[in-house]
Amino acid sequence: MSRTLFGAAAFALAGAVTLGGPLAVGASSAAAEELNALVWCDHTDPALIRPFEEKHGVRVNLKEYEGTGTALALVEQSQPGDWDVFVIDGVDVPRVAEAGLLAELPADELPLDQVFEPVQMRDVTFRDGKMYAIMEKFGYNVVGYDKSKVDPADMRDLSVLWGDKYADRIAVYDYYIPLMNLVALKLGMEPSDISAETLPQIREALFELKDRAAMVGEVVSSTTALATGEADILLGGGEWAVAVMQADNPNLDWVLPDQGGVLWSQSIAIFESSERKELALEFVKYIMSPEGQARLATSDCFWGMPANREAGALLTDAQKAALRWDEQEAFLAKSHRYFIPDAELDAEMLDVWTEFLQR
Amino acid sequence: MTAGSRLRAWGFVAPAALWTAAFFLLPLAVMALYSLWRRVGMTLVAEPGLANYLAFVEKSFFLESLLNSLEVTLTVTILSILFAYPLAWILAEKVPERFQRLALLAAVLPFWTSYVVRSYSWLLVLSEGGVISTFLLDVGLTQEAVSLANSRTATVIGFVHFFVMLLTLTIYANLVQLPKSYAKAAQDLGAGPVATFVHVVLPLTLPGIMVGAFLTFVLCIGDYITPQILGGAQELLLPQTIMLQIQRRSDFPMASALAMILMAVVTLAYVACARWLKLDRA
Repeated sequence: MSRTLFGAAAFALAGAVTLGGPLAVGASSAAAEELNALVWCDHTDPALIRPFEEKHGVRVNLKEYEGTGTALALVEQSQPGDWDVFVIDGVDVPRVAEAGLLAELPADELPLDQVFEPVQMRDVTFRDGKMYAIMEKFGYNVVGYDKSKVDPADMRDLSVLWGDKYADRIAVYDYYIPLMNLVALKLGMEPSDISAETLPQIREALFELKDRAAMVGEVVSSTTALATGEADILLGGGEWAVAVMQADNPNLDWVLPDQGGVLWSQSIAIFESSERKELALEFVKYIMSPEGQARLATSDCFWGMPANREAGALLTDAQKAALRWDEQEAFLAKSHRYFIPDAELDAEMLDVWTEFLQR
Repeated sequence: MTAGSRLRAWGFVAPAALWTAAFFLLPLAVMALYSLWRRVGMTLVAEPGLANYLAFVEKSFFLESLLNSLEVTLTVTILSILFAYPLAWILAEKVPERFQRLALLAAVLPFWTSYVVRSYSWLLVLSEGGVISTFLLDVGLTQEAVSLANSRTATVIGFVHFFVMLLTLTIYANLVQLPKSYAKAAQDLGAGPVATFVHVVLPLTLPGIMVGAFLTFVLCIGDYITPQILGGAQELLLPQTIMLQIQRRSDFPMASALAMILMAVVTLAYVACARWLKLDRA
């Protein structure tokens, strides 16, 4: 009897583990015609990858990740040479380059001059005069909303979200760096003003926000909240959150508030340990080409502005409208890059964010 | 036992022992060691100390995460038992024997879908525009849309849906092997249906309940996906706090310390249930 009992439990567990586990695509064994890339989900769109695979007769193995910490853990657990291409949060390039993980890129072979000037971020992608990454896509952590349920004019003022008008209608994007940056802007500070001294003010404002929030969620949860009507506003949202859903729900929109916005950027680099650097470079060149950029900008996972402005010629008017292409100059002028704190302040900020989530 | 048979016995045990040593004991030892180190910036400081465990005590949100996890897990375990027992009983006692396998298969069908997909499905069902809210509005039971998503209630519902299946299996396996004569004997001695259930059937199916309850407790308290998708970060459970340390700061030492604490809680749960988790009934 007991054996049947444990057999049943084992069956149930096996089912849970086998069928419930995530389908991870790891770096496959090294083969000359294969390229292994650690990427964000927007690179997994077949419409983006297939043209490169077909042109070069290669296979691109993609491993999707969230959070640079997770990516670095994957790299740490891999053998040198397992990974070739690295799509990484723009602000994390310096620390990863400093750790010796990235190969030098040939600046003269990449269209750096075609990249929107404020997005080039040479201070981030260059180290000791050598280029280690190139920005491929960018956008904003600002305010996404459903214009059929809120007054779009209100969305241009961050302080409205701290009032009672939209209480319990706000979803908050669960990423402490851009959100604390936005809170700093709401308080009249620059993101770089965040310090141990100003953190209590940020904390208080965050707690006030939590009292008015319907939910706090990562990318899928927070955008789902907006799509299902669970929330009418997504603080921290932007084109990345709403553009891909606009075809189904044209009422979804986003705006950069008058106080300013937070600029996110993602870059592409090649691993120093890659044994297929030439092919990896071809991939980087493809991603940075106008064709690759237009496909990446409108990936089925999330949309964002192509770093290469030449991609504009390949985007439709509707796509450009969703990205607010014509307002980029003004938006970039009013945007702030992610403020990256030192390790000590980062730990304090994460503690405050954990308190905010726990509240 | 001769030397030859002893050697043969070790031969049978060795694969499992090696497997356990390589994939459980060794990782556990590494995790225990990591929990004593610290992460400073990008650097791992390999000096043993209790800083991470002290942080757990000093920072209230860590302890609150553990308490939230315990509350949710106990709620889920109790609710799952309450739903699973009648279902298992109906399957074992009321469904004709030739249809039992089919009924059991139908009962565990949700196991065959992805855990993540199932959680997101619940999010859609429980949200303002979801099936429940739409139904309540349509039948006039409420004038305003109702949302159960992004809350502890949603997390509990998602968990219970999953674990009821697990408990149903373990309780059913216990019930079908319970000789019918036991209940008949009790009734012959004057016991009514309730007394027969309370004094005969329930005690004899307790091992099935406890095995399922223990598995539910272990799987539930360590689960990250369900509260992350359905909870809406209205509160944090311990696995979410652990993931925050890893995803945001690559702080594996702190995450390891929290995981060791979680492991200690599971061990305590095992000790509490151990008397019912025997392979052979006394």
